[in-house]
Amino acid sequence: MSVADFAFYLFALTTVVGGFFTVVSRNPVHSVLWLITAFIGATGLFVLLGAEFVAMLLMIVYVGAVAVLFLFVVMMLDVDFAALKAEMSKSLPLALLIGVILLMELGTIFGVWQFSDGAMAARVSVTPALDVAHNTQALGQILYTDYILLFQLAGLILLVAMIGAIVLTLRHRTNVKRQNVVAQMHRDPAKAMEIIDVKPGQGL
Amino acid sequence: MVGLEHYLAVGAALFVIGIFGLFLNRKNVIILLMSIELMLLSVNINLVAFSAYLGDLTGQVFTLFVLTVAAAEAAIGLAILVSFFRNRGTIAVEDVNVMKG
Repeated sequence: MSVADFAFYLFALTTVVGGFFTVVSRNPVHSVLWLITAFIGATGLFVLLGAEFVAMLLMIVYVGAVAVLFLFVVMMLDVDFAALKAEMSKSLPLALLIGVILLMELGTIFGVWQFSDGAMAARVSVTPALDVAHNTQALGQILYTDYILLFQLAGLILLVAMIGAIVLTLRHRTNVKRQNVVAQMHRDPAKAMEIIDVKPGQGL
Repeated sequence: MVGLEHYLAVGAALFVIGIFGLFLNRKNVIILLMSIELMLLSVNINLVAFSAYLGDLTGQVFTLFVLTVAAAEAAIGLAILVSFFRNRGTIAVEDVNVMKG
């Protein structure tokens, strides 16, 4: 078994085991950590496939942003997770049934599938040879030309998601003193202060 | 020698685990969102595997867009979850019936 094969089996096992414990773990914090494990395994698989850019993106976007977001929400919400998990055994048979059926359906595909004769001719953007352009460069060359509209739309989706998330979670609590910058800057020393000549022995 | 089928098998297994998680954790929305992330990851593995074995970069471009949508979905989903928890004090799926009418 070559090193590449060994690496494949290692990363595949990491991904599948991480995914499995994500869904069966009792503690949601552990679930998020297993999810990160699964993503790291998938990153290794992508590197093995020669898709370095997508691999690094997966690492940055998923492990760096999405998983940390999950972790924040899990730790912020004060939920009794034990009560939610108590019902897990009730839905186990249905979940197993559907999982096994789906696995068998997907398994039947592997026996019979083959590439069509025209598959190679139907390729839209052929991967250039490694000495012409490496993965990131080749991806950039088609992403900013052929797929520029989709690229911009993806940016728009992220913008809408950002605005939506802020609108949904922002709240203005009453009874909280806040800084009013405009009022602060318009304060006039003549109105805010006065000098009083206090007579001795009388006080104010 | 590791072929395309090996990668597709990993993708299939991960997708089934995602579906399994959806049905297993029907109450806990956070785990549901994580299961959806797992399913999207399995789709990405399939796309990248086909892209590598066909020598066509389109699959990897598509993976980028799937990643974008997955990130946006996670952000919006968790934002809805946080605001729902503030209003109701629970995240159980059965209690999400405010708009039942």
